[in-house]
Amino acid sequence: MSLAARRSLSWWLLAAVPLAFLGLFFLWPLGSVLVHGLFDGGFDAAGTWAVLASSRTADAVVTTLGLALAGTAGSVALGVPCAYVLYRLRWRGQLTVRSLVAVPFVLPTVVVAAAFSALLGRSGPLGFLDLDQSVVAIVAALVFYNVSVVVRVVGGAWAGLDPSLGAAAATLGADRRRVFAHVTVPALMPAIASAASVVFLFCATAFGVVLVLGGTRVRTLETEIYLQVNQFLDLRSAAVLSILQMAFVALALWLSAAARRRRERVAGGRALDGTRPFRGADAWVALPTLLTLGLLLALPLYSLVERSLRTIDGYGIDHYVALFSEPGRTVLPVTVAQAAVNSLVTAAIAAAVACVVGQLVATLLTRRSRRSGALDAVVMLPLGVSAVVVGLGMLLTLNRPVLGIDLRGSWWLVPMAQAVVALPLVVRTLVPAARAIDPRLRAAAATLGASPWRVWLWVDWVLLRRAFGLAVGFAFAIALGEFGATTFVARPDRPTLPTAIYRLLGRPGIANIGMAFAAAVVLAVMTAAIMMVSERMRTQVGADL
Amino acid sequence: MSGLTVEDLRVEYPGTPPVLAVDGASLTVAPGETVALLGPSGCGKSSLLGAIVGIVEPAAGRVRWDGEDVTEVPVHRRGFGLVFQDGQLFPHRSVARNVAFGLEMAGVAREERRARVEELLEMVGLAGYGQRAVTALSGGQRQRVALARSLAPRPKLLALDEPLSSLDADLRARLAVEVRDILHAAGTAALVVTHDPAEAEAMASRVLRMSAGRIQ
Repeated sequence: MSLAARRSLSWWLLAAVPLAFLGLFFLWPLGSVLVHGLFDGGFDAAGTWAVLASSRTADAVVTTLGLALAGTAGSVALGVPCAYVLYRLRWRGQLTVRSLVAVPFVLPTVVVAAAFSALLGRSGPLGFLDLDQSVVAIVAALVFYNVSVVVRVVGGAWAGLDPSLGAAAATLGADRRRVFAHVTVPALMPAIASAASVVFLFCATAFGVVLVLGGTRVRTLETEIYLQVNQFLDLRSAAVLSILQMAFVALALWLSAAARRRRERVAGGRALDGTRPFRGADAWVALPTLLTLGLLLALPLYSLVERSLRTIDGYGIDHYVALFSEPGRTVLPVTVAQAAVNSLVTAAIAAAVACVVGQLVATLLTRRSRRSGALDAVVMLPLGVSAVVVGLGMLLTLNRPVLGIDLRGSWWLVPMAQAVVALPLVVRTLVPAARAIDPRLRAAAATLGASPWRVWLWVDWVLLRRAFGLAVGFAFAIALGEFGATTFVARPDRPTLPTAIYRLLGRPGIANIGMAFAAAVVLAVMTAAIMMVSERMRTQVGADL
Repeated sequence: MSGLTVEDLRVEYPGTPPVLAVDGASLTVAPGETVALLGPSGCGKSSLLGAIVGIVEPAAGRVRWDGEDVTEVPVHRRGFGLVFQDGQLFPHRSVARNVAFGLEMAGVAREERRARVEELLEMVGLAGYGQRAVTALSGGQRQRVALARSLAPRPKLLALDEPLSSLDADLRARLAVEVRDILHAAGTAALVVTHDPAEAEAMASRVLRMSAGRIQ
């Protein structure tokens, strides 16, 4: 066999591992969702159409669209002024505020949902508004979650906007308002559109927030899939709705890709400092903007902590203590502490699997070629499918013996589902780092007698260790907070922390609610700690390369 | 025939149409001899060097050592060293551990390794630099380390790809003579690629001229 043929063979042998992993835990489940949705015995277009045409489905589609549009509009309306204050203007302490604004985005959805129900629930600080289980509550939570995306993307564009453009317009007789309308806004439009399309995608696939805050009153496609499975045991309808959701997400992805291409074309690569120092007159914009943002971000988190400490007779750590005691059999079969241990074990396995598979993929993608492009596309596919659909697919596929192995209710389906969800991000963290290594460094090692495996060990691995650590942190945090896929495959007697919180939130009684809030605080602290450690790793990676 | 024999080597890069970088090159290098391959940039001399060492796959032709065909032998088992234009030192390893890399790969024992590294650092004029980080070295020092690193595992042939072009003119003239002496002292067969005729004359006992993928 020639050298080229041998190299190609070993490439495909290595590629077999990620392809087998994705095939078994993603592509096959996805295929069975399609089959379940379209076939019932034989090809059953009429049955599919009956689900699609039902008024329940129409309701869910309208609600999904409406919530996504409202969430996007709210995020843009608040995010654009914030981008101006936090990025275009220069003032002391803005870096701290910027990093605080980024916090909600890394919080698990269940935590955000718990925080808003703590704020808006009947005994919450804003309980008198009677917004619990309302559309307004969900939209506020979506904005809370996504405003940082708009701030970061638009802020970056605004900080690099050439100030002489506005000055040129002013010399042509435009007053400040017209400079803003005719120069600034058009120049920022690509960035705004790009951020908005990404936020739209996130809002349209939001699951935990809608499920917790909407209850049975507000139903989107995502929660309708869940309800069909869990309340009506109607897998057929769930599969049909999943196909609809996939089409929906594909459309949103296509829009956001188009918006990103436009932004990249306009951006043109020239980095320019368009910031200016804060002036007294800026306070008219800055104060109301920051106040609104501060209230939106701080109030829910404050309420969450406050209510996790509120007991029947004052304040105390009773709810935190209760996390270690056996709750009522009808509430949870295990202690919340045990659920937290389950979560940590599951997330550790998920992170390990995602990072080992991701590292293999990154190694295979380091050299660009047609086959590596194809592998890249397959590995990124889970990004384009909502976690709920992944979870449903695994439920449909792996709920029976496979190759003679009984997978029914196997606890390790949970880490596998979480690994599928985390894999694209792991790959996107590792591939740029691997591609940044000069290929001639590997050639140098080879001419010194290092076999391909030792080249990988002594060059790639040594230089990628920190990026790998960062990827492990990301994967661990994602798996720890994962809710959409987990809720379909987690066994009732082996809940993870997010599924336990969801269950506690749905039970009456101050003890259960209090425990839910305490558990949400614990989950938030765990996630934030992991993200902080990972981010420190990132700056060190930057210093190294 | 002892030493290196290259027969009618061709290197193609894929594309539409494919680029023919080396168009049937033949040459020999006797044991202990230093040969220079002189030509303008883009004439295919680096591709030819890469194909001889084994980091570039030839489309046709043969590479032999002492008459034995090594064309299909993978780089790491071919025993040919290569010095890159910009050194390509391992950034995460100290000077001594860079030089020791090839010895580690060959499974040389620790004591013997240390002695060999010291010997080589002495040879390239960097005695006592072993513990330094390679990122703290000047351009000339880096190339000396690269040379020492490539010579450490006693390669049958040392290929040098524009080893001095990243340095300033003054240093280049001095180092060219030094490299010649080092290669002579090591007794290694060497093939130097350069675009500078003076450098070629200074380093090599024989100069081959190359243009448009062919050796004249």
